[in-house]
Amino acid sequence: MRILVVGGGTAGTIVANNLSRRLTGEIRAGKVRITMLSASDRHMYQPGLLYVAFGQMTPDQLYRDQANLLEPTIEFHVDPVKQFQLDKNKVVTESGKTHEYDILVIATGSRMVPEETPGLTEGAEFFYTEASAVKMYKKLREFKGGRVMVAVGVPHKCPIAPVEVMFALDDFFKARGIRDKVQLKYHYPIGRLHTIENVAKWAKPEFERIGVDTETLFNIKEIDAKNKVMKSEEGTEVEYDLLIVIPAHRGMEVIERDNLGSGGWIPTDRYSLKMNGHDNVYVVGDTTNLPVSKTGSAAHFQAEAICENIASIIKIGEPVRDYDGKVYCFIEAGHEKATYAMFNYLNPPDLKPPSKPMHWFKISYNHMYWTSVRGLL
Amino acid sequence: MSETKVIDACDTFCPGPLMELISHIKHVAVGDVIELLSTDQGSAADIPEWVKKVGHEIIGSEQIGNVWHIKVRKAK
Repeated sequence: MRILVVGGGTAGTIVANNLSRRLTGEIRAGKVRITMLSASDRHMYQPGLLYVAFGQMTPDQLYRDQANLLEPTIEFHVDPVKQFQLDKNKVVTESGKTHEYDILVIATGSRMVPEETPGLTEGAEFFYTEASAVKMYKKLREFKGGRVMVAVGVPHKCPIAPVEVMFALDDFFKARGIRDKVQLKYHYPIGRLHTIENVAKWAKPEFERIGVDTETLFNIKEIDAKNKVMKSEEGTEVEYDLLIVIPAHRGMEVIERDNLGSGGWIPTDRYSLKMNGHDNVYVVGDTTNLPVSKTGSAAHFQAEAICENIASIIKIGEPVRDYDGKVYCFIEAGHEKATYAMFNYLNPPDLKPPSKPMHWFKISYNHMYWTSVRGLL
Repeated sequence: MSETKVIDACDTFCPGPLMELISHIKHVAVGDVIELLSTDQGSAADIPEWVKKVGHEIIGSEQIGNVWHIKVRKAK
């Protein structure tokens, strides 16, 4: 049985390690082989980018060698897939090699596409890559006061990030002694402050408390970087001195190029996490087209469900569970406090008041992540 | 020839039905229709509000069982 995992991010790494442990006996007996193909020899802890943007972590703290995170029984190649040939159960890589499989797990992830919004690359700061997060920090440090506007593209990775940014900005400018010289304004695509109703209800008085102005039903149309004006699809305009944007995302180019899914998102069964129409292809993490948060936590819980099922299919011929839509998101709420949102397909989150222990749990998790991707946590 | 694309946004709290519509409408052609399925009772109000504000067109909205079927034509 040849299991091929394409993608070495959170989802792919947990899948490969978890399967390696569940199938140790089969691997030793030569009945199962696990191979991972990744675009990089390094693994980034992506949630750490928000801390980099505010000078609370440095980029080197975000990385580990991918090979060192993987169980030794996993065959690992830095050689991204150039073409999926699902009808032939094989993929062709950038180096020209062909990998055949019996089970394929696609975990190629997503990427921000600020270039698709006119003026955004020139006119706004982001923190979804190492370079952009460092650049944003430098801009924040040199900022002396004025209008700081925050806006959100759709779809985007880490849906809690827009809310967390506002608390981080309030803390940052207070610490620099210029909060009274800064106007903070938050723009959100739908008619409330967050897509999760309970988060929106919680954020409203919190934003009022820290002095954040808000505008909803605001989808970024274009940025006039020269005159520092942001225009919305809904017909409004706002002037800014510093613009911070959570850019829209797409799936990876190879997914679109091979017509596996519009926007780079692969049509996926929400319970089995199999690619629609393909019984031996699983999709996990950001790559799915599911109406589920694109976040490492969702990837983690999806990966566990997939691994239990693949292992049980190999051992007893049947899957054992469905993915229930589970997501758990920390919410950094400023003043060294945090809360969390835990929900699934049927049960909304019930937010608790932010607390210092929850913040320190989040800070601890920034280190525990490396245990998590090894499949131990 | 316009096409209809069905988006199943039932039983989702994040990203939610309207966010799903905003996301998917980018990837269809002008004139195409998106049929959004939602179990969120707020969808019958907040989706038409956004569609009207942006300038697309609601061409159908009905509740079958506990699922709203809201059809939106991309107008620009």
